[in-house]
Amino acid sequence: MARAAARSTGRLAWPITAIAVVALAVLVLPLVALVVRAPWAELPELLASSAVLEALVLSFTTAVLATAICLVLGIPLAALIAHAESWPAIPRRLLRAAVTVPLVLPPVVGGIALLMLLGRRSLIGQWLDETFGVTIPFTTGAVVIAQVFVALPFLVFAVEGALRSSDRRTELAAATIGASRWQVFRHVTLPLVAPGVAAGGVLCFTRALGEFGATITFAGSLPGTTRTLPIASYLAMQTDPDEAVALALLLLAVSVVVLLTLRDRWLPGATA
Amino acid sequence: MSVEPGSTDAAGRRPGDPSRPGDPSRPGDPSRPGDPGRRDRPGLRVDLALSYGATRIAAAFDVQPGHPLAIIGPNGAGKSSLLAAIAGLVPLDAGEVSIGSRRVDALPSERRRVGMVFQDYVLFPHLTVRDNVAFAARMRGSRASARAVAQPWLERYDLVTLADRLPSELSGGQRQRAALARALAAEPDVLLLDEPMSALDVEVRAEMRDELATHVRDFGGATVLVTHSPADAARLADSVLVLEGGRVTQRGTLDAIRADPATPYVRRMLAASDD
Repeated sequence: MARAAARSTGRLAWPITAIAVVALAVLVLPLVALVVRAPWAELPELLASSAVLEALVLSFTTAVLATAICLVLGIPLAALIAHAESWPAIPRRLLRAAVTVPLVLPPVVGGIALLMLLGRRSLIGQWLDETFGVTIPFTTGAVVIAQVFVALPFLVFAVEGALRSSDRRTELAAATIGASRWQVFRHVTLPLVAPGVAAGGVLCFTRALGEFGATITFAGSLPGTTRTLPIASYLAMQTDPDEAVALALLLLAVSVVVLLTLRDRWLPGATA
Repeated sequence: MSVEPGSTDAAGRRPGDPSRPGDPSRPGDPSRPGDPGRRDRPGLRVDLALSYGATRIAAAFDVQPGHPLAIIGPNGAGKSSLLAAIAGLVPLDAGEVSIGSRRVDALPSERRRVGMVFQDYVLFPHLTVRDNVAFAARMRGSRASARAVAQPWLERYDLVTLADRLPSELSGGQRQRAALARALAAEPDVLLLDEPMSALDVEVRAEMRDELATHVRDFGGATVLVTHSPADAARLADSVLVLEGGRVTQRGTLDAIRADPATPYVRRMLAASDD
């Protein structure tokens, strides 16, 4: 309390304030430019074009699918990482690193790596092709896989944070009154980390929706099949900048809606 | 004041008296909900060793049904770890825990039938009082049937008017009752109470202690409680076990321990005014 009061009344050295203002400008000015330069009059027409609608539907469908897959895979992985606290240091750190790497990796690298794993001449890809006649790269499925690859860590770390901050003794209490490990997870752990799961799911969805590098590398840019909103926006820049700006505005609007959804309910430290 | 071994309830029965006629009620029998203490209860036998940080805890004792045991000791003596080991929440280094003829130390916690009331009660914060109390039955059946099983427990522990509240909306005493009802609704053979009075305001402690003593007597099974307080031990337990640095330094009735304290800690503990 006293510390917060001191912080709010204490004066900041002016160079710090000046640099902070520059930093803020770096973050905000591009978005302001986007909004100012947007072709507002033609916006409805631009957004109603079949190419935009196609990209929009594809993006939302794949991002929803990727989020669902991330939830199914990510919650158990988060539980494992939280549980790994009692492991020896090396396996514990390796596990955490494996989840962190996709977070810091350039997405294009992720796309190339996915091609190496699932491309037609790769070990698994070749087997899938020869055995089932299934080819993954440059399909809508590849878009979803690329999105899962880049978005999964966001979900895992959000849920893991919630697991760490929840009171483990509630799980012990449940065990003493007859709950099996699965029942403890289902009836106690999961409901208690629900806000973390929701926050992670929303972050995961926005990351999937904005995915570009891994998608264009692994899935290409086939209209209606793999050309998502970010890819369509990038390509439109070469031919029709107004359409590119309109698509960018659309993605910005989605991000703002997500931010408002998360505001103070799930983002720690945020206030109304 | 201490509860004398062999005390009787209002109907003249000794809780858990094995000489009573056989009772057909079984654990979890829906035909006899809210009726604890009216079936033969097994005793608890503990002879174990476990590690708690740098402390190695070794203790051996028996607890008869209807004759609660209080474990008293300084902070870090390993009291709570000992309870957790009986409940199956921490592993043993060696030894055994038996309930009646049933050896339970190799069983997971959920199959031991050991109810535990945690220090600050640890109710499920996302569930109403009703669903907290119904939790054990919910693990075995539908939500509706579990709520039906919970109802008599809510009535017995005076929780009916609080049934739809969340734990965060309860007072300390109400939480204690809810935690006790939750543990006992699982129909345990053994009841463990970890510092049951410590989360309560000093003003209500004496009253809550009397209330808890009634509930413990009604339960009638083997009961172990951990406390810092001779007053809790006197009111809630028949005998006392002193644990210091992981070792049992004295065991007996509180009066006997008062008459001949074995260690400086016991002398200080008895001399310190309680509450």
